[in-house]
Amino acid sequence: MFEPLTWTLVALSLIAMVFAIVLAVRDQRINWTLLGILAMVEAGLLTQVVIGIAQLAETSRDVSGPFFVGYLIGSLLILPLGVLWALAEKSRWGAGALAVACLVIPVLELRMYEIWTA
Amino acid sequence: MTDPEATRHGPGRILILVYGVFALAATSRAGVQIATKFDEAPIAYVLSAVAAVIYCAATFALAKATKISRRVAAVAIVVELIGVVGIGAFSYAAPDDFPDATVWSHFGQGYGFVPLVLPVLGLVWLRRTS
Repeated sequence: MFEPLTWTLVALSLIAMVFAIVLAVRDQRINWTLLGILAMVEAGLLTQVVIGIAQLAETSRDVSGPFFVGYLIGSLLILPLGVLWALAEKSRWGAGALAVACLVIPVLELRMYEIWTA
Repeated sequence: MTDPEATRHGPGRILILVYGVFALAATSRAGVQIATKFDEAPIAYVLSAVAAVIYCAATFALAKATKISRRVAAVAIVVELIGVVGIGAFSYAAPDDFPDATVWSHFGQGYGFVPLVLPVLGLVWLRRTS
């Protein structure tokens, strides 16, 4: 794993989560700034898939390949689906749901890190 | 009775999102386990797949939010609760059958015990919106 990218993704997702919580508390809708941060996270996740699979092919570590790739690809689905689901809600709970989706990314990153360093 | 639509709005938005994440997690986990090493622990992996089906059913039924789908959701969530408690207990009693964690083994410990809390919240939410 390319760790600087991993930890950047963790940090950005947590920033996005706090942003979403603030919107929910203030009873505001999801805005373009938040969607912009999430687009950066998604681009990072996509980059991570490419780097991750390339590194997996070369590593001599005892990494569980199918699980690692499963997490890499699964991580791509969370934010797009979360955004669609959250935008369809007109109340503050839309931003609240998106905050939870943001929290899923660091959890997945930690799992990937565990699998990679196992 | 309130509009069944209420099931997927408000706090239900978060509940269903979490259900969706578990549907995705359980389905991927079961898929990888069954495809790559089914022979190692067939019982655990079949139960893993059952958990995946239950989570998917609960997610879609809650998200559809009609009178009928709410009943489907209630059944799925009760099965989920029985599953997480039953398999949780069984995985402590017979650890050899569970060399590799399923979503429900050890009461969902590998998932921060969310699998144990989720069905309770699900039933409370169905009740509050009925």
